[in-house]
Amino acid sequence: MTMSDSMNDGVNKPPPFPPPLPGEREPGIKLTDAQLRARRSRSIAIGVALGLLAILFYIVTLVKGPGVLERPL
Amino acid sequence: MSVTFAQLQLGAELSGESGVDPGIAPSLEPSLASARDYLELMKPRVMSLVVFTALVGLVVAPGHIHPVIGLTALICIAVGAGAAGALNMWYDADIDARMTRTAGRPIPAGRLRPGEVLAFGLTLAGFSVVVLGLLVNIVAAALLALTIGFYVVIYTMWLKRSTPQNIVIGGAAGALPPIIGWASVTGGVALEPVVLFLIIFLWTPPHFWALALYRKDDYARAGVPMLPVVAGDDATRLQILLYTLVLVPFGVAPWLLGYAGAAYGITALVAGAIMIVLALRIRAEKQGYAAGKQMFAFSILYLFLLFAVLLADRMSGGLFGHFAT
Repeated sequence: MTMSDSMNDGVNKPPPFPPPLPGEREPGIKLTDAQLRARRSRSIAIGVALGLLAILFYIVTLVKGPGVLERPL
Repeated sequence: MSVTFAQLQLGAELSGESGVDPGIAPSLEPSLASARDYLELMKPRVMSLVVFTALVGLVVAPGHIHPVIGLTALICIAVGAGAAGALNMWYDADIDARMTRTAGRPIPAGRLRPGEVLAFGLTLAGFSVVVLGLLVNIVAAALLALTIGFYVVIYTMWLKRSTPQNIVIGGAAGALPPIIGWASVTGGVALEPVVLFLIIFLWTPPHFWALALYRKDDYARAGVPMLPVVAGDDATRLQILLYTLVLVPFGVAPWLLGYAGAAYGITALVAGAIMIVLALRIRAEKQGYAAGKQMFAFSILYLFLLFAVLLADRMSGGLFGHFAT
């Protein structure tokens, strides 16, 4: 067996769930509306926090200049 | 038709086909926690007081700090305080569930799992300390790490459940922010921020014991050995008076030592006199807790007034002092 054969092994594997038949429900977890809203709220908060952090680091780098990581004791 | 994970799990359990350990399965339920729950973990009201006292320490410190670096220091201190609050809620979830005042917090209310809160708290704690160390200075970062560690390990894990002196010694954690603010500017510690530390340190017992007096049933139910639960009302009322009598001179100390102007001195004297009157009323009160409630409310105003006038005094370049003298 060559390396490319072993790398392509997964290509022929069947999917973990068989495709749903017509009229059958999708497999897996379906989030409720409340769970979707909560997840969206968390995602927005994480995005805002990361954005503010990036802006803070950018401004501090401008303020401190080349010596941004010089830490006086 | 869509089904929820809980419905799938219930159906599988009923049909005897559950391949998931019932003890583990609840942790797989998608979270209902919102950003507001995570904010609540950080105890925003406590955080605001921490930021305010740290700001005063930062402003009264000699020397110059760039406003952006000063803001960075305050953000790190705020996040560090929030991390300490989250770790406190993680460890004290069992106590919180038994107390009326805290039963609605995210863990006892079931909106967040303890593991999520622990990870959140540790991440914020590590991040706030590292960023403060990298962008401001190492001394301030070390003091912030000490504050978080003291609050979580010494106060929450050890003292809170073991001694009625819990809030006396644990109060040191809440008193450190002015020193961190000062260290952010100077890179060191001096007598002036230590006086501010002592004001908050000595303010903590009468403030919390006034609350504990009328919440003692809550604390007793949760098994927390607060002074009124262990030693009774009379002993607590006496301790409130004694600590207030020690606090008031320290409140005036920044003026006596020449760190603040006469406006601060007058404010500290008048507010201190009201604190003593309220403490005497608590001592004299035989029935009910009206004086205790008044003391709890006024003690917040007392600390705010002292630090606000000190801040105004320094930001006006001592104008208050020159004007008054």
